[in-house]
This record gives sequence, C-alpha cells and structure tokens, in this order.
Amino acid sequence: MSRDDLVDARGFSRRVLLARTVRFGAGAIVPVEMLVRTSRAAAAAAQGAAAPEPLETLTAAEAATLDAIAARLVPTDENGPGAAEARATRYVDRALGGALADSREAYRTGLAAIDAVARASKGAPFAQLSAADQDAILTQMESNAAAGFTPDAATFFNLVRTHTIQGTFGDPFYGGNANFVGWDLIRYPGIRLAATADDQRMDPLPARVRRSAYDHAMFTKRRPSRARLGPIEEPWRSS
Amino acid sequence: MAIELKKRDVVIVGLGAAGGVAALPLARAGLDVVGLEAGTWLTPEDFAPDELRNNVRGWPQAVQKANREIPTHRRSPSAPYSPRLAVHPMMNAVGGTTIHYWGQSWRLNPWDFKVVSETRRRYGASRLPSGSTVEDWPFGLEALEPYYDIVEHELGVSGKAGNIQGKVDARGNIFEGPRRREYPMPPLRGTGFTEMMTDAARTLGWHPFPGPAAVTSRAYDGRPACAYHGFCARGGCHIRSKSSTAVTTIPKAQQTKRFEVVTEAVVTTLDVDGNGRVRGVNYLKGGMEYFQPAAVVLLASYVYENVRLLLVSKSPAFPNGLSNNHGQVGGHYFSHNQQAPVTALFPRDLNTWYGLPAQGVAVDEWADDNFDHSKLDFIGGGNLWVYSDRRPIAAAEMSTFGRAPRWGAAWKAFVRQNADRWNTAYLQKTTLPYEGNYLDLDPMVRDPLGFPVIRITADYKENDRRLSLFIQDRMAEWFTAAGAVAIERIPLGTMGPTTHAYGGTRMGDNADTNVVNRWGISHEVPNLGVLGASVMGTSGARNPTLTVQALAWRTADYLVKNWKTVAT
Repeated sequence: MSRDDLVDARGFSRRVLLARTVRFGAGAIVPVEMLVRTSRAAAAAAQGAAAPEPLETLTAAEAATLDAIAARLVPTDENGPGAAEARATRYVDRALGGALADSREAYRTGLAAIDAVARASKGAPFAQLSAADQDAILTQMESNAAAGFTPDAATFFNLVRTHTIQGTFGDPFYGGNANFVGWDLIRYPGIRLAATADDQRMDPLPARVRRSAYDHAMFTKRRPSRARLGPIEEPWRSS
Repeated sequence: MAIELKKRDVVIVGLGAAGGVAALPLARAGLDVVGLEAGTWLTPEDFAPDELRNNVRGWPQAVQKANREIPTHRRSPSAPYSPRLAVHPMMNAVGGTTIHYWGQSWRLNPWDFKVVSETRRRYGASRLPSGSTVEDWPFGLEALEPYYDIVEHELGVSGKAGNIQGKVDARGNIFEGPRRREYPMPPLRGTGFTEMMTDAARTLGWHPFPGPAAVTSRAYDGRPACAYHGFCARGGCHIRSKSSTAVTTIPKAQQTKRFEVVTEAVVTTLDVDGNGRVRGVNYLKGGMEYFQPAAVVLLASYVYENVRLLLVSKSPAFPNGLSNNHGQVGGHYFSHNQQAPVTALFPRDLNTWYGLPAQGVAVDEWADDNFDHSKLDFIGGGNLWVYSDRRPIAAAEMSTFGRAPRWGAAWKAFVRQNADRWNTAYLQKTTLPYEGNYLDLDPMVRDPLGFPVIRITADYKENDRRLSLFIQDRMAEWFTAAGAVAIERIPLGTMGPTTHAYGGTRMGDNADTNVVNRWGISHEVPNLGVLGASVMGTSGARNPTLTVQALAWRTADYLVKNWKTVAT
C-alpha cells in the first residue's frame, strides 16, 4: 500500500486529504511546493529580477487596493520601509490560497466595499486617492462608521490589520517581510538556533541575524514528516 | 464488528503528560502495557522556529482530534453560549501537550492540599467561599513528595530547592514544602531582564527565585542542555531539551519491551462486563474498529476527554455513564484563574527576544496562604512570574498603552521604539470548585464521529475576582519598582476551555462527592484508574503538570503493588 492510499479513521485516503488540503488550507502545513517556490524566488532576487510573481489568489484590482491599505497601515516614511517593501500583500495573496482560505470571501467583499466607499465619497477607487483621503476612510472603518461591509467595517479593518502585521513581521518564508524589513523595523535580532548568555543581556544587544526558519538545514533538507505534510484528518480553520 | 485484540494487563488511553509517565513504572514492573494515542510521533525536524505556524495558526500536529471536539462554554445554565474557540488548547501527539507546553514544573504548596482545614483553623469556617465544594485532599504534600521526587528525576527538571528536609534556602522558594533533595539540575540561567526584576523584588523585601522547569539546564540523561533559542511556547524542542514524555518516560518504557505504543488510535468508548468491571476500550484506527481488552484501564486523556469518555460509555450497570452512579462525573470543574495579566512598559530595551517562558523569576510572597488574609476579603493567592520570551509578530501586536494609534506613521514610530520594551507577567492564582461549575455532554454539538462534545458551564466567582485584583496590584508594584513607566491590567475573563482545566473526576475518600479514591482508582469500577488534572480538587497557584505526573506515577505504583487485588 502506498503512502497516499493510507486511510485515516474517518475513511479519507491521504490522496483525498491532500486534495482537500489544497481546497481548505490548514494552518499547520508547510507544503513542499512552497519550499520550491521560496528558493525560486530567492534565486530570482539574487539575479536582480524585478518582475513581481503572478498573483495566486487575488485579482489585480484587489491586490492594488490591498497594497494601498497596507501602505497606510504601515507606511513608508522617515522610520524606514513599510508594508509595501515588506510585500505584505504577497503574503496575504499566498495565504488566502492556503492557511487563510477561510478569509478569501471576506477579502472579496471587503475590498469591493472599500472601493465602493472611495468612489461614492471621492469619485475614485481607493488606490487612487490621496494618502489623507485613504486615511480618512480607514479611520471610518476602524471606528465602524463606514457602511457597506459584511458583517461590518471594523471586522474587515481588523482582519486586514492582523494580516498586514503578519505579512510585515512574519517569517519571509511565507512571502512577506521581504528583505527582513519588518524585523529591521522593530530591531528583532533574528532567528538563532542557539542563544548565548551574552545574547540575553540587555546591553549590548545581540548582532542581527537575517535568516528564515527554513533557511536552517534541519528544517528544510530532510524528508518532511507526516506532521509537516499536514493534517491527515479534517483540516481545521484558523484566522 | 470490532476486531478483538489480545488481552493486555493495562491499556492506557492517551500518551501525554500523565499516561506517558504512568507507562514507565508499569512496564518496569513487567506488566504487559499498551498505550493508545490519537496523535502521531513528531520529530525534532517538525519543530521549526516558526511563529506564524506555531503561535498564529496552531501547530503542525498531524492528527486533529482535539480540534474536532472543542468544548462549548456558557457562564451559567441560563447564559448564552460563549463564542466557540477556533483551536482546542491541547494537542494530540505522542507526548501530548508536553511537546509544546511551557515546561514550568511546580510542586504544589502544602496549603493547597488542606484549603478547608487550614482556612478553618486560621480564619474560621465563615471564610470558606459560599457555594464552594472544595474538600481537603485525601492526603498531604508529604504523601506526594516521594513521587514528585521520582518524576523530577525521571523527566529531568531544573530548579533551585528552597527547603531540603526543613532547611530553608533563600536561593530557592522559601515557601515551598520540604523536599528530600536538590533538583536534578540547577535552574535555567538568568537573563539581563530577569536579573533586573530579581533586584527589584529584593528592594521590596520579597524573596525572588528561579522557577522550576522541565527543561535541561545542562546535559541530562543523554539529552543536551537548553539552547535558549526561543519558540518554546507552543513550540516543540528541536534538540530534545524540553523534558516532554515523548523524549523521556515513553522511550524509557519502550526500552523495557513491555510497552507498546499504538498511534492514530481514537478511543471512543469503554466497555464493562456483567460485574461492573471495565473490560477494555473500543478504538478506531485506519478506518477499522478495534476492541482492546485489558485487566486494568487507565484513562489518561485531557480533563475534557476523560469526562467525555466516561459520560458516553453508558451500560445497564452505569446508565448515566461509567463510574457515574453517584452523579459526580463532570462535577467540581474549574478553569485555572491564570488570566488577568499585567503588562508593563519600560523606558529601555529589555532584550527578551530569546529564552523561554520557563526561564524566569518567581515571587511567592503573595501565593497560597503565605500572607495573612485576616483583613482581606478572599482566600488563596497568586504566584508572580516574569520570563524571557518574545517573537516578532507578537512584539508588533503590542499594546500602545494609550500612547499611539493602532496604525499609521505614529503607530510605526511607537512600535519601532517599544517593541522590545514591554513585558507581560503570568499570574496563576488559587482556584476552587463551586456547585454551579461543571462539565456535561453538550445536547446539540457533536464531533464528526457523532459523539457529543463537552459543554463547560462555569464562571469565576467573587473569591477569584477579588484575588485577581489583589494580585494585579502586587505585580504592578513589582514592575514599578523595576522602573516601568506604564502599567496595564487586563480584566479577568470567564472559565472557558483552557490548558489548565481541573476536576470532573475528583479524587477523595468520600464516594458521594468524588469519582476516584485516594489512589486514583474509581470508587465504582475497581479496575478503572483515572490520570490527569481531572482528579485534582484544588489548583494551587502554579502549573498543574508536575502534580499530574506525580499523581500518575503514584497510581501506577499502587497498581504494581496491589496488582492482584485490582486486576482480578
């Protein structure tokens, strides 16, 4: 019997479950294809290729709106790069096809709603408004004063804020925090597999290390275990 | 039709903190033991330092049994349901939640075993909270001390003793009960931050000390010393320094050749014979149904699942669920009063990016009955705990202490400066059982197999609320003494599903108010034992796991010494 024909307690074969994993996503998984994709992206970056990868989930219009929101939530300013340079939208785009698939519909309706608000109040899509006008709409959403959102504007605002922070400060493996700009922003010393006593002193602070968890050989080079391949039973949801 | 397997001496349901410990003394005694675990083995390669995966999205467990049976909650029988958790707080794997727990490994304080009699003696019976069903434990700390000692050494616990056979040592916890000898390993090392907090506690006249941890502070038992890299909270250890049962007692039990581990085995019900003895357990694995007969069954899943398995196992002899003819299964439930933390903002970087939640400093001045409650309006107390642990997403999600908005340039400037300047204390407090707090089967919500999930009906009471406020004030004093410039007190929530659940199969001599006897064996079913915090009647002001493990070893030891009586 091949590994893919193993049947779990509820009668789902691994083959079926892998397909279901693609459909539902699952927070826990580290899909093998992402490993490949990340190294391809790294290779492209090394060659200085500037062309962005094609979108995986969002439409081009949705991505433009989300980019504009993220750039106001974590703006690029005198304190350095923000969500735009971190590629927070790329993180969300990829996650909506996997671990955050449950949020795909919220993005579809929420991004349409924010554009509708922008057109109604300022006569242009959100991405084309001035920063001040964009901030005014986001402030309305945060205080739940904007209409046309399901279930409401504050819920969508908080969802986008949460995911923008994940995409700015999360491990670059997932597509955001490009060039570690999020970790630089908060002066995170970085992932070490061992920290010395000196690394835990308040002064001086440890030197910065800039590696993804999956740049460490023990987490990438070996054959993934069943746990890393993902749930063998019903995938569960996360936010 | 279920496939009936060969009869074993002992079947253990669940190989986590409790079952994973009990297997070892049973197997060493030569008994034929099988352990049924719903999860799989995990390997060090599964334990990447990945905040998104571990902390934001859950955990790479292969089997999601717990997440399909998340308990429902309501504050009272007339209250609406609370929003259901998206993720169960516990996990399924060989080693259970000891894979990703914090590893704080406390002994209870002597007072925790005698809350009723000590409160009566010191303050009068009127000071026992009205409606509480609390009882003294059937034994004191001294009866459990030998087992605490065994599991500290078998698992590998680091710490500093504060009382060795009555000799008090202020480098450890001066309030702890007597222990026979020092910890097997010295405490985890201090950090710049924990040393700053230690100094501040001393300026208040308190006695700070490093807390005990099921983490190696030096090479131990073939495992290397902790590397302090972080990612330990909800993360497994990639070098096996966390003393989970998956790398300690379970492999040791396997080495005896008397212990078999069966993974991906989902236990559904327990069967009884015509004499009211348990015959064995039914489980599903790989789409097949099996029946595992055994002379003795040890139920060692989590609190919610222990209770659920008993309640769904109905028979003519036990029409209301196994071992429930006195109506006590699900009673005396409580979720630990471990919420209501205090967060502080400091005017300097703390560098708590590395380390682990078990690498910290404790103050017990305000725990248990270590201080005079004569003029206070509650009993019990709290353990104050600060530690070194920070990850980037959580750091950016910090409170802005009312000093900045939640987004935009001003927010960005705030987190740029302060991401490493805040700390949240962990405050565990005495929690008691009450008449109105209980577990039962949810009448509507079922898991995918069709079994009802557990319904929690429970809320904190006045004693818990007053104690929480008092402890928050003590913690604020400590942070302020260390130089904090802003303090936030988070309100106490409600008794929802938690990693620190207690009761439901309480241990005690009185069969009318307790499910298991002083040895952890059912009052009603002579060959059924129950392991886990479901047997605990008080929480103390500290993590339950080491006590659960000492009790598990004690029940196993009783079985070995009384095998013929219990098994036949």
